[in-house]
Amino acid sequence: MTLNVLQHQFVPKHSKVSDSDKEKLFATHTIESKHLPKILITDPAISSLGIKAGDVIKIERTSRTAGTTEYYRLVVEG
Amino acid sequence: MNQQVHKKVESISFGIFSPKQITEASTAKVVTPELYDKEGYPVDGGLMDLRLGVIDPGLRCKTCGQKLKECPGHFGFIDLARPVVHIKFVRQILDLLKSSCKSCGRIIIPDESMKRYVAILDKIGEEEGFEARRRKIKEIVRKYKLKEKCPHCGTKQDKIKLEKPYNFYENDIRLSPIEVRARLEKLSDEDLRIFGFKQKDFRPEWLIITVMQIPPVTMRPSITLESGERSEDDLTHKLGDIVRINQRLFENINAGAPEVIIEDLWDLLQYHITTFFDNAVAQLPPARHRGGQVLKTLSSRISSKEGRIRHNLAGKRTDFSARTVISPDPLIELNEVGVPTKMAMHLTVPERVSEWNKEYLKNYVKNGPKKYPGANYIITPDGKRKAITVETQEEILESLENGFIIERHLIDGDVALFNRQPSLHRMSMMCHKVKVLPGKTFRLNPAVCNPYNADFDGDEMNLHIPQTEEARAEAKILMLVETQIISPRYGLSVVGCIQDAITGNYLLTKELVLSRNEAVDLLYACGQTDLSDLSNKDKIDGLEVFSILLPNDFNFIGKDKSGNDVKIVDGKLKCGYMDKANLGQESGLMLRNIYEKYGPSYTADLLGKISKLGVTVLARRGFSIGLSDIDLPKEAKEEIINVIDKAEQDALRLIDTYYAGNLEALPGRTIMETLEVRILEVLNRSRNKSGDIAMKKVQNSAAVTMARCGSRGNPLQIAQMTAIVGQQALRGQRISRGFSGRTLTYFKREDLSPKARGFIRNNYKSGMKPHEFFFGAMTGRDALMDTALRTPKSGYLYRRLSNAMQDLKVDYDGSVRDASGRIVQFSYGEDGLDVSKTKNGELDVQKIVHEVVGGKN
Repeated sequence: MTLNVLQHQFVPKHSKVSDSDKEKLFATHTIESKHLPKILITDPAISSLGIKAGDVIKIERTSRTAGTTEYYRLVVEG
Repeated sequence: MNQQVHKKVESISFGIFSPKQITEASTAKVVTPELYDKEGYPVDGGLMDLRLGVIDPGLRCKTCGQKLKECPGHFGFIDLARPVVHIKFVRQILDLLKSSCKSCGRIIIPDESMKRYVAILDKIGEEEGFEARRRKIKEIVRKYKLKEKCPHCGTKQDKIKLEKPYNFYENDIRLSPIEVRARLEKLSDEDLRIFGFKQKDFRPEWLIITVMQIPPVTMRPSITLESGERSEDDLTHKLGDIVRINQRLFENINAGAPEVIIEDLWDLLQYHITTFFDNAVAQLPPARHRGGQVLKTLSSRISSKEGRIRHNLAGKRTDFSARTVISPDPLIELNEVGVPTKMAMHLTVPERVSEWNKEYLKNYVKNGPKKYPGANYIITPDGKRKAITVETQEEILESLENGFIIERHLIDGDVALFNRQPSLHRMSMMCHKVKVLPGKTFRLNPAVCNPYNADFDGDEMNLHIPQTEEARAEAKILMLVETQIISPRYGLSVVGCIQDAITGNYLLTKELVLSRNEAVDLLYACGQTDLSDLSNKDKIDGLEVFSILLPNDFNFIGKDKSGNDVKIVDGKLKCGYMDKANLGQESGLMLRNIYEKYGPSYTADLLGKISKLGVTVLARRGFSIGLSDIDLPKEAKEEIINVIDKAEQDALRLIDTYYAGNLEALPGRTIMETLEVRILEVLNRSRNKSGDIAMKKVQNSAAVTMARCGSRGNPLQIAQMTAIVGQQALRGQRISRGFSGRTLTYFKREDLSPKARGFIRNNYKSGMKPHEFFFGAMTGRDALMDTALRTPKSGYLYRRLSNAMQDLKVDYDGSVRDASGRIVQFSYGEDGLDVSKTKNGELDVQKIVHEVVGGKN
């Protein structure tokens, strides 16, 4: 029995961004992947998502001021 | 000034001069240590050679023909009789020697694994820099070095050691710089690339000096003393030593002197050249003057706080600035700064003469530099600067034409930037309008103390006078005090009434009723000229007087400090008192709403009037505190004593139950902890209760008024003076340590009673018992230590934070990015709100809808 971090109240929802959404994200911000914040591929919160380096992760957080916010991270190799 | 750009710098690379480059770039070869001949004229081929630049007024440079200050100076060189090691490259030389073969000069890495290592090195070099690359090479080579044989030619390798500071040994035999140089010459260009020496055509043998550059005289000027004697710069002294020893070495070699003498001179030359570059090498005695003072040579010119970088480059001084002590003046405007006349006569503003202001500017010139308001300099259209003196005044006045610039004294209304260190946020430097005043201090409105975090216990502040129209406009539009009223940190006003201004308005709106004459006089005194709204009644109450200042279409509903409603309807204060909650800085929405509705300058003006009204009211009414302010009626005193007695007995009873073993532990605590918690609870309750009694029963005195309206002091402090000081605590616990088993020797050991553990049952007025005084001193000392230790820590923490985040900005798409465009937040602060446009961080959606759509309240 190990702890499932995904069920912890402080771990927000992580999900993989589809290729088309990824393109949309890059277009709205006129950025390349190198401008995104990063997340390690070994991060426990995304270990079960079946991702590879170069994917973009969407994180939906609850926010005290804004209700919910979206954050994006680029998966990188350690 | 407007020069054409002919060439543009695209990139800069740093490298090392080759001997050939040094000689080619030089204008003179130095051959003699003499500086001047008998007539005092610089010797040709000496260190002060005229070809190296000029430092005497009137002389012309032999190289470029320019005069003093125009000629930048030119380098010279000397040929060294024997090569010496450059002290700053010893480490690199050692690395190269250690990792290359003594006979074939290749790197001691086999060809087959070379490719693999190059890739690793390139990666490290890119990620961590040059030094890391060097370290990695050493690591790799050490592995192969163990085999002791060169993988290329099979020669046995010997161990090379550095005898600090600059002698190389191979198997305990010294390698002379000549031999070292010969080794370095063998290294191939390809191998050097692996080491990361990327400069094109770089050769490692250049790290050994054979030809030395002589810096131009302009960077080592001599000073002429009052006696007419010349005193040379430290660098010239050092260079003199080098040239002298070098000449002697030449002579001795040519005369075929014994090897020992030559070796000695060579060593000496090495020493002098080393100290020329760095006079603080660990193993060398520093070169000194005759008096024993250490010479300041090249390295010490650059490093340390007094060095070129921190002193001259990072620490630039600025003209048109002033610094002095600050003092308060509640009568000047919020956006004004009082400047002493004396300063105003030194700080100047350039103004260009034109057809329309000629006569006006002439008056300044007529007054000259000694009479205020005058002018100190004029600048002619061809850029010549002339001082206005009694002698030149007439002539300047005659010649004054359009296009001249007059540097006139500072006058009222000029813009200035006012700043107090530490400049932690943007409100630390704001634009004020100058008001020239007598005296010697800067005067500022006490309401702007808060953004600067200033007080008047000796604080000093700086003033800068913008010199161009653009700078003035920018300062006015972006930095004027009123544009900074709303803090970008929490969206409330950072300036507000303080102290007297709050008390005055509180009293005015609470209890004052004025005669019509008094009211008119009062309002006029604080700058309100339109009194048409004042009613015709004979007696006018404070609420109405205050309301006159408010705009007629202003509506506001809020709470005052004690929780009562404050209602403003159509610019009339209907009910509620004006206290800290609405007038104070960093609190209340009244100022915030006025700012939103009527804009910056109106708010600043209104705030100035309100604050002046408060101060004037207080001055006319009279306001003073005394000992009797904290008198309590007899019954109240007795009541308080009863409450405290009861609490103490309760606490003692708790202690008895504890000793009897009947105390039940609270969840998660030991019995001892439970006891402490229960005792603290009992005592605190009694403190609060007696405080409440005191606050209720204390007469309505000045001290209490101030505590009520929030201008100074708080109810707790009143209670401490009138009723009880209360429990003293160290780290959240009752005082428990000091002597073995007890807090003070006055008590028995293991005494857990309230009074033995820091409970002060007296108040400041009645006076404390000796043991109570000691407990007070303990917590007082602790608090003092805490602030003294915490302030620099938190200050540094804040500095690191602000430095780390200084170039983050909100981009056009609402995302927060750093300087290289990397996203930090996708929406600023998660919600994308500009805090300075909100009210205390919240958006009043209802009000916005109401304003846009309209409708009933």
